[in-house]
Amino acid sequence: MTRNSDSETKPRKPTRTGMRLIVPLQGIVQGRGGLILGSLIPCALVYFLQLYLKRHRSSNTLSPSTSAENLPELPRSSSRANLLTRGSIGRVPVSSRASSIAKPNDCPYYIGLDRVREDPYDEINNPNGIIQLGLSENRLSLDLIEEWLSKNLSASMLGEGGDDLNICGIAAYQPSDGLMELKVAMAGFMTEIMGRTISFNPSSVVLISGATPALEILSFCLADQGNAFLVPTPYYPGFDRDMRWRTGVELIPVHCRSCDDFTLSIKALDQAFNQARKRGQKVRGVLISNPSNPVGNLLSIDMLYDLLDFARERNIHIISDEIFAGSMYGNEEFVSMAQILNSEDSDRDRVHIIYGLSKDFSLPGFRVGVIYSFNENVLAASRKLTRFASISAPTQRLVVSMLSDTKFTREYMKTNRERIKKMHDLFVEGLRELGIESAKSSAGLYCWVDMSRLISPYNEKGELELWDKLSNIAKINVTPGSACHCIEPGWFRCCFATLNEKQIPLVIERILTRNNLICPHQNGMNWSLTCCSKIIA
Amino acid sequence: MAIEIEKPAVGLSKVAVSDTHGEYSPYFAGWKAYDENPYDELWNSSGVIQMGLAENQVSFDLLEQYLEKHSEATNWGNRTSGFRDNALFQDYHGLQSFRKAMASFMEQIRGGRAKFNPDRIVITAGATAANELLTFILADPGDALLIPTPYYPGFDRDLRWRTGVKIVPVHCDSSNNFEITPQALDAAYNEAESHNIKVKGVLITNPSNPLGATIKRSTLEEILEFVTRKNIHLVSDEIYSGSTFSGEEFVSVAEVLEARDYKESDRVHIVYSLSKDLGLPGFRVGTIYSYNDKVVTTARRMSSFTLISSQTQQLLASMLSDRTFTENYIKTNRERLKKRHQMIIDGLKNSGIECLKGNAGLFCWMNLSPLLEEPTKESELTLWKSMLHEVKLNISPGSSCHCSDPGWFRVCFANMSEQTLQVALTRIHNFMDRRKAMKSSPDFSSY
Repeated sequence: MTRNSDSETKPRKPTRTGMRLIVPLQGIVQGRGGLILGSLIPCALVYFLQLYLKRHRSSNTLSPSTSAENLPELPRSSSRANLLTRGSIGRVPVSSRASSIAKPNDCPYYIGLDRVREDPYDEINNPNGIIQLGLSENRLSLDLIEEWLSKNLSASMLGEGGDDLNICGIAAYQPSDGLMELKVAMAGFMTEIMGRTISFNPSSVVLISGATPALEILSFCLADQGNAFLVPTPYYPGFDRDMRWRTGVELIPVHCRSCDDFTLSIKALDQAFNQARKRGQKVRGVLISNPSNPVGNLLSIDMLYDLLDFARERNIHIISDEIFAGSMYGNEEFVSMAQILNSEDSDRDRVHIIYGLSKDFSLPGFRVGVIYSFNENVLAASRKLTRFASISAPTQRLVVSMLSDTKFTREYMKTNRERIKKMHDLFVEGLRELGIESAKSSAGLYCWVDMSRLISPYNEKGELELWDKLSNIAKINVTPGSACHCIEPGWFRCCFATLNEKQIPLVIERILTRNNLICPHQNGMNWSLTCCSKIIA
Repeated sequence: MAIEIEKPAVGLSKVAVSDTHGEYSPYFAGWKAYDENPYDELWNSSGVIQMGLAENQVSFDLLEQYLEKHSEATNWGNRTSGFRDNALFQDYHGLQSFRKAMASFMEQIRGGRAKFNPDRIVITAGATAANELLTFILADPGDALLIPTPYYPGFDRDLRWRTGVKIVPVHCDSSNNFEITPQALDAAYNEAESHNIKVKGVLITNPSNPLGATIKRSTLEEILEFVTRKNIHLVSDEIYSGSTFSGEEFVSVAEVLEARDYKESDRVHIVYSLSKDLGLPGFRVGTIYSYNDKVVTTARRMSSFTLISSQTQQLLASMLSDRTFTENYIKTNRERLKKRHQMIIDGLKNSGIECLKGNAGLFCWMNLSPLLEEPTKESELTLWKSMLHEVKLNISPGSSCHCSDPGWFRVCFANMSEQTLQVALTRIHNFMDRRKAMKSSPDFSSY
C-alpha cells in the first residue's frame, strides 16, 4: 500500500479487509487506465474504505489468542512518544525480527504495566493512582532480607581480607555459567524449597541472569526455528515473548477448563500434538509452569508421571518452570518434576527445570535464574550460551552468602509462606464478599479470579472492556485471561503480594464503589454459570 | 533372545549441536593449555603465561581504594527504601542514575568532544550481549555484516551463533598498516552480493582489537560515507576507548557525527562496556548507544534477556558519577597502560621483533612473519604451537583473527604483573637467541 501524507498521522494499522480489497482492484485497473490510474484509484478507494470502517467498526468476537485490537482509544504507551516515523524512503531498515518487536504493545498484560508506570498508586503522593495487581512480585518479606543484610553485608560482598572476596576476586572474568560456590548454594536452596525430597546436584545447575533468558536459552537448545512447544492454557503472557521472539519457535496452546479446575489433560495434549503433526508442524516439547501461573494450582504426582509417559511416547522434551515452588500457601505438597525421575531413568534426558530468585526470594532486580537439567548435552550447550546472560559477580557473591545461611533461608521461607497465605486469604475473602469467586489454588503470588458474571457480552471483547474499566475507573491493574490465552472469558489474574494489608480493603472498596460504572448490566440480569457455557435467565 | 531396538535419543536443536561457538579454534585451545599448566610466580614458574586474555589488571588498586572509601556505595546508602526498591527493580530501561553516570563517563573518555543522552543508553550484561543484540536487530538470518580483518575471534561466535547472520570479512593487510580502505569495503560488499547475501551493516572496533590502534578520523569519515551510500548500518564497538595511551588520539564516531550535526546518524550504533577500561569483566556491564529511536526501543525490550543486576547498576552509578574518581582513574589508567606498552615494545625490539605501531588497547600486534618457514597459515600455526609448548606463552595467532597476512600474533600485556611480563619477555628473548643459533648451525634442518 503506497503511503500518503495523511496516513502518517493516523494510528497505523491497515485493516485486513482493506488489504484484501486492493489486490483484485489492481488486477482490474492495471489492464487499462495506465500506471497512474492503476495506483491512484485503488489507493483512494482503500483510504475512504478505511475511514468508513473506522467509524462504523462492528464488534466481532475475537479468538482468545488475538490482542485487544477493538478497544477504543487505548492510550499509546510512553515508549512510543519519541519514535521517528517509521521507515520513510531512505531510512535505513532494521531486521524483520526487530520490526515486529518495535511495534507498540498490543497485549493488555504489557499495556497494563505501562499504565501503572505512568500513574502509579502511592499512599501519600498519588492516592488516586492505579494500584498494581498485574505484576507477580513479592513485597511481603523484603524486611527479612533487609534485616539479614544489615547484619551481614560488609562481610558478604566485597569482603574484608581473604583473596577471593576482594575486588580482584569478583572483578575478573568468571565462568559464564556462574561461580561454583553459587551453584552449590543454589542446589542446596532448591533442595530446601522442594521439601528435601530430592537432592539437587550443583554440577547440573546452570546460572543465568534471570528466568527470562533461562527459558529463551532452553528454547534455543531444544527447538529449531519453526518448531513448536505445547503449552497448557492459561499461561504466563511473557512466554509469548521469551520463547518465541528471537528463536522463531511457536507456542501451541492446549486449553484447560474451569470444570477441570484448569488442570492439564493428557488427552488434550495428545490431540494438540496430533493436530500439529497433521499441519506438518514439529512439536519438540511441552512447557508447563508448576506451580501454575496464572492459576496457582499444582500438578499432582500422578499427572507428572502421565506427562512423562506422554513425552516418552512422543520422544519430546518437558520444560518445567518451577519458579513459584517456594511460594506455597495451601496444604498440598509441591512435587517437582525432578522428584519423579530416578537415577537410572533414561527419561531424565528429556526433563529440564527453570528456577530463579525473583519470586520466592523477592529479588527480581538481581537477575538470578537457573536451568537445571539431567541432559549433559543440554547442559553443555546452555553453559556456552550463558555468555550472553551471566549474573554479575558481586551479586553472585552476595547471593552465595545469603543462600548459604541455611538458618536464615529456612526462617525466611517459613515466614514468607505464612505471609503469602495471610494475604491470599484476605484477598480471596474480600472478593468473595463482592460475590466474586477465585479458582482453587495452593501457590503463587496471585489468584485466578472469576469475573465472568460481570462481563457483557460473554466473550473476549466483554472481558477486555471490563479490564479497561477496572484500569481506568476502579484504577486497579489486573491481567485479563485473554492475555493468558484462556479459552473461557471473564477470568483475571490478580497479584496480591505487591500489596500490604491496608491496601486490600482499598482495592475491594474501589471495585465496589465504582461497581455501577464498571458493570451497568449486572442489575436486572440473572446469571447462572455452568461448566463452559452461560445461560441467561 | 529379544533384539533391543534402540529408541532415538530425544533430539536437540541445530543451535545446540553446532560448533559455531568456536571452541575448537586455536584461540581457545591455547586457553586450555594455560588452564592445565598455569604460570604462577611462586608455585609454577615454568607454567604457561597467559598472554591471550585481554583483561586489564593494572588499575585494580584504584578501584579498591574507591570502594574502601565509599562503602555506602556497596550497601544502598543505609536507607531502608534503598535496598527494597533496588531489589525489586527489573525495569529494562535500567536505573536512570546508572545511565546518567555511564553517559557522563563516556563523555569524559572522549574528552568532552561528544555528548551522550542517557535516554539512548540500553543496558546489557556485557558487550558480548550488546553485539549479539544489535545483530538480532539489524539483520535477519542469512544476512551479513561486514567486518574488517583482523578481528576479535569471539565475533564469529557472538554475532553468528544464535542469530543466523553471516560475517563477510573486509580484508586489510600490512601494506598500509591494516587500515580500512573504501576499496576493501566495496570489494567485500560486492563479494557478498555475488553470493546473493544481503549486507545489513559494517561493524568496526575502534580502537581496534587485535591491532591495538585507533582508527583515523578520515577513515571513519570514509566508512560513514560508505554505509550511507549503501544505506546500511554502522556498529562501532568502542570497548577500548578508555584504554588509549593518550587522550587526544582517539576519535569516536560520535565526534564525527556531532561535527556534522548528526546527519545520517540513525544508522550508527555504539557498543561500550566496563570490562576493559575499568577492568570489571566479572560485573557484566555493557551498553548499546544508538542514534536510532526504533533501535533503542527494540534493544531495550530485547535487553530483558540480558539485564544487569540492579545492585551492580546502583554501585556503578555512584562510582561513575564521582568525577574526582573517574578523572583520576582515566588519567592514571592511561599512563600505566602506556608504560606497560612501552615495556613490551622495547622488550620485543631487543629480541629483534617488530610490532605494529599501536596507541591503545591491552595488547600489541606482533609481527613474527620473518620467522615463518613459508608465508602460510599452517606455518603460522606451527610457530604458534612452539610458542605455546616450548616457550610456554599463550598468544593469539592472526589466523584465528582472520588476518590475511600470516605470521602476526596478538600479545596481551595488561593482565599480569610487571614481573610476569618481564619473565615472558625473557623467554621470548631466549627463544629468539636459540633460533638465531639454530639457523647459523650447519645442522639446521626443519625448525
